[in-house]
Amino acid sequence: MTDLLVFAAEEGAHGGSFSEGGFFADTAGIMLISPFVAFLLIIWLGKQLKNDGAEFAIGAMAVNLVWASVLFFQNMTEGIVREVHFEIANIGLFEGRELIFELGWMVDGLSIMMYWVVSFVGLLVFIYAVGYMHGDRRVPWFFAAFSLFAGSMLILVGAPNLIQLIIGWEGVGLASYLLIGFYWEDIENVKAGNKAFLTNKVADVGLILGAILVGLAIGDFSFPAISEAAAAGNESLGAVAAAGGLLLFFGAMGKSAQFPFHIWLPDAMAGPTPVSALMHAATMVTAGIYLMARTFPLYQAFAEEAGIRPIMVTIGVITLFAMGLLALVADDIKKVLAYSTVSQLGYMMTAVAAGGYTAGLFHLFTHAFFKALLFLGAGSVIHAVHSNNMSDMGGLRKDMPKTFWTFVIGSVSLAGIIPFAGFFSKDEILATLDHEGYVGFMWVAIAGAFVTAFYMTRAVALTFFGTYKGHGHPHESPAIMTTPLIILAVPSVLAGFLNVPGLKLGSFGNFTDWLGARVVPMGDYHPESLDWALAAYGLTAGVGGIVIGWLLFAPDRDTQGERDRVEIPVLYPLLRRKYYVDDAALGLVGFTSGPLARATDWFNTYVLDNIVNGVGGAVRLAGRFVYNGLDQRGIDGIFNGLSAVADSAGSSLRKLQTGRVQQYATSVVIAALVLVIVVVIIQ
Amino acid sequence: MELFESGWGLSLIVFLPLLGAVALLMVPKENESLAKQLALTISLVTFGLSLVLIALFDYGAGGSFQFEADASWINAIDARYHIGVDGISLPLLVLSTFVLVLAIIYSWDHWEEPRNPKAFLILMLILGTGMNGTFVALDLVLFFIFFEVVLLPMYFMIGVWGDKSMRKIPGFSREIETRLYASIKFFLFTLFGSAFMLLGFLALYFNSGGLNGGERTFDIPTLISLGLDSIPESAGGLSGTAAWLIFGAMFLGFAVKVPMWPLHTWLPDAHTAAPTVGSVLLAAILLKLGTYAFIRISIPILPETSEIWAPAIAILAVIGIIYGSLACLAQTDMKRLIAFSSVGHMGFVMLGIATLTDIGINAAIIGMVAHGLITGLLFFLAGSMHHRYHTREMSRLGGNQKLMPVMGGILAFTAMASLGLPGLAGFWGEFMALLGAYNPLPSLAESSLGIFRTSMVLGAIGTVLTAGYMLWMLQKVNLGEPNEEWLGQEFHDVDRYEMTAWVPLIVLILIIGFYPRVVFGATTDAVVSLVETAYGATVTASTGG
Repeated sequence: MTDLLVFAAEEGAHGGSFSEGGFFADTAGIMLISPFVAFLLIIWLGKQLKNDGAEFAIGAMAVNLVWASVLFFQNMTEGIVREVHFEIANIGLFEGRELIFELGWMVDGLSIMMYWVVSFVGLLVFIYAVGYMHGDRRVPWFFAAFSLFAGSMLILVGAPNLIQLIIGWEGVGLASYLLIGFYWEDIENVKAGNKAFLTNKVADVGLILGAILVGLAIGDFSFPAISEAAAAGNESLGAVAAAGGLLLFFGAMGKSAQFPFHIWLPDAMAGPTPVSALMHAATMVTAGIYLMARTFPLYQAFAEEAGIRPIMVTIGVITLFAMGLLALVADDIKKVLAYSTVSQLGYMMTAVAAGGYTAGLFHLFTHAFFKALLFLGAGSVIHAVHSNNMSDMGGLRKDMPKTFWTFVIGSVSLAGIIPFAGFFSKDEILATLDHEGYVGFMWVAIAGAFVTAFYMTRAVALTFFGTYKGHGHPHESPAIMTTPLIILAVPSVLAGFLNVPGLKLGSFGNFTDWLGARVVPMGDYHPESLDWALAAYGLTAGVGGIVIGWLLFAPDRDTQGERDRVEIPVLYPLLRRKYYVDDAALGLVGFTSGPLARATDWFNTYVLDNIVNGVGGAVRLAGRFVYNGLDQRGIDGIFNGLSAVADSAGSSLRKLQTGRVQQYATSVVIAALVLVIVVVIIQ
Repeated sequence: MELFESGWGLSLIVFLPLLGAVALLMVPKENESLAKQLALTISLVTFGLSLVLIALFDYGAGGSFQFEADASWINAIDARYHIGVDGISLPLLVLSTFVLVLAIIYSWDHWEEPRNPKAFLILMLILGTGMNGTFVALDLVLFFIFFEVVLLPMYFMIGVWGDKSMRKIPGFSREIETRLYASIKFFLFTLFGSAFMLLGFLALYFNSGGLNGGERTFDIPTLISLGLDSIPESAGGLSGTAAWLIFGAMFLGFAVKVPMWPLHTWLPDAHTAAPTVGSVLLAAILLKLGTYAFIRISIPILPETSEIWAPAIAILAVIGIIYGSLACLAQTDMKRLIAFSSVGHMGFVMLGIATLTDIGINAAIIGMVAHGLITGLLFFLAGSMHHRYHTREMSRLGGNQKLMPVMGGILAFTAMASLGLPGLAGFWGEFMALLGAYNPLPSLAESSLGIFRTSMVLGAIGTVLTAGYMLWMLQKVNLGEPNEEWLGQEFHDVDRYEMTAWVPLIVLILIIGFYPRVVFGATTDAVVSLVETAYGATVTASTGG
């Protein structure tokens, strides 16, 4: 890497200067590569090992966690802004300057936070998966594909430019496809994988075109360059900001399952539960939020003027509320959590779109812990009862105490009850909406908090209370699965204190400061102190949801199932059909691959080919006419040539099949000679 | 090295396969192993020489022709034996020699009826000379001859070793043997195009005298430097209409080969009917002859006329992308699906070319290389699967991943590469074609920016359709439970000849995916200087769009 280039900010956010991070920032690329090394080792040696190659996957994540933790700590004390990149192609001149593609890694507050979340949650989920996948099919392949995901995710969050981000983006999409369809013998799982891939591919059109617009506006795809150009109010960037910003947002909507692209995520639950926990809850689906955060200066500089903010916030709010309602009617516990994830992603997107950089990312941070915890808890239950359906569960709190208590902690945190992590992060989103003038949407978000608490209470009640309705005797999962649950429960409770407005951890500052290590200052809103009135609204919604949910679902054991069928006219059928969005998408796909594709093929076969065959036939007829009718007089060379070839090819082919090499050679030589002679004659 | 500086090295790369074919004639038909070894050696030496070319190539001067040979040839028509490589032709020449080696390795144990390895190898080697020659020819007559030489071996490959099933062809009263219909269609279609192409070449020749001191020429570099269509007729240049017609005539010849919609209909038939190796060479190399000719001949010799044609080419390219992808979704035959996918992929290549920018043309070249590797591999796979299942009907296949895990894995990898997954070779060509279409040549941006930007959006939508049919194919062929008819049967997973032929392709797809500089290192200077020669240095420096 002779042309290794280094970018370091001279003057950082808030006027402070940042460090370049030293050894661990220099070598942060190890985190991006190690999972791929694990991937290869698992493919090569996995089958021969005791744990089917999980050793490599876990080892890589452990190494990453060391790197990420050191960087996290360094960033707490000194703040790091560092970009390392090397050129992979110079593709030509654009407006007189070379257009360069690069790979490398970012080491700044945002990337470090993501490195740490991916490594920490990833490591725990990998360990859990050793227990969960024990005795399953293709375990080495499972860990290989899982490592492929981890590597792609780190490439994505470490990307110093849009090009590398796209590579990581599609890489996690591929891993998602492979793991959703992990049990590919069942074609339904394959279809779920296809749905995820294609839905994302549609959204990727936005990402690709957005990257082109933004990148070409300044002739550079790198995030520091885009950030600085945005901060400096670059005019050509401003000119494409509306379209480019919306297109990038369009891409983010796919990965982060925003309405109406949310349709793939619930189906993605077909994959093994650890996959749902790490990819489809904690990390991969936050890639869209991450993209918005990475390009935040662009929106901060131009979104207001371009008028695209309200559009993005509206999408986020629809997602957070409407998708939460869908969690109310699901029987599959993983689908409940999936819709919950979509809804929470709506919160994050709403925050980031409204200008709440830290608020959105802080919710991403806390959500990663408690949602991973909930999914792993659900996995533990599924492992015990061999069913995803809550109608096969019930009363499990006594049989599975560790799973039960950790699940309750996750649920309470998600419901936003003080002092659990979810309370603080959700409160900051409400404060941001309030401050940025989206008061109406703030109330929707509070209503959403009620729905969240409600469906989680329902899930807890149906799963752990009442009587057991499944088969056999469920047992608590082994320690290798419950230990990650217990570890994840800790940040689910405590992580909120990292960013209580006005509270700093001594000289370490708080989460807001850590994210402040950026190329250009964010200039987003931070509440100075906790707004207790707002907190009270949010808390009331959360507690209200829990109380009502409890009253409806917990005490009356025998009619739990019946409660589920309280059919509110209009709303209930709407929820059951998932707002008909899935049907519409299916219709579009059906039309494209059905009538439209068949029409194209028909056109090709019966129109274009018939023209070709018709011309061929006409030429043959003309040839016969010339030969018979004109008795070889005035033979038109081209027509005759064509028809002669057509007529005689059949018989000559049969002769050629005799395999006389001389004939082939002769024909070729003759043909070449003929051509030369033709040319000579023509002059 | 002396050999290469004198121009002999390049000639050797071109004619060694032909010499090999002559030598093969002497080998008795029964001695198959000698024939195979001889052919493999010849192709390996040719490939080795092209590697020497890579090592000796002066990348600082990628825009000028190197290792040239220029000798008088047919004096009566001023046709010269003029060959050379620049950064544009170098990757394609290497691809051509490389794929030939792999094709010979693959065929080692895979001979389709009526076998006769000796004859088949001879055809392959002749094809090698035609392909290599086309990429280095710097004289229009020489180019034409190499371009046509390719036709015959392929015609015989399809016609003799091709698909022997009978097919009902619309418009024909009785059923026709697939290979017969396909080979004749392929031959006539290309010949039809070539006739016009030759007319175009001749017209260039006859019009070149006025500017060249009365001396007419077929020499490509000379024709480029004349700037025929930028000089008014009165001063010895071409009139607008004449230039337009000449471009159009050459367009027909090149576009058939690419193939561009709606001249593509020979392709699905030829590809489907051809023996495996034939399909591979057809997809990997032969299709590139047309696109290469646009870059080597049409644009630099008639730059201003290219600007007039470019919007139309972009439109046809995008129709090809969407149309090809939709047609793929309607296929039931796996090989035919892959064949149709070429229409879409080559649409991206042509879209890149139509932008007339260095970025777009660069996109086209890496797109050609990537398509050669990826679709070549797909056809290898389709052939090997057909070899085992004796059917290509996707409704009968399924669960291949279970029956042949390695084959299934490679198929999945290649399908991902084909749908343009970033990080694999296929991505760059598609992405950069869109990049180029956003900001085409300034004069095009002025006259028809809407067309190019719409093409960009439609092209991007095309990538979704591409993903759609590739995933659908994987679902049908690879995943799910195997069809009942295969239960209890033994299937041999990938054998060593297949592995030897495929692993290099897989590795290259990965390398180019993550480090595209291996291609751009040669091409970028060349395309920048090509565009600057054609449209002036100011073009790349001015603000487009």
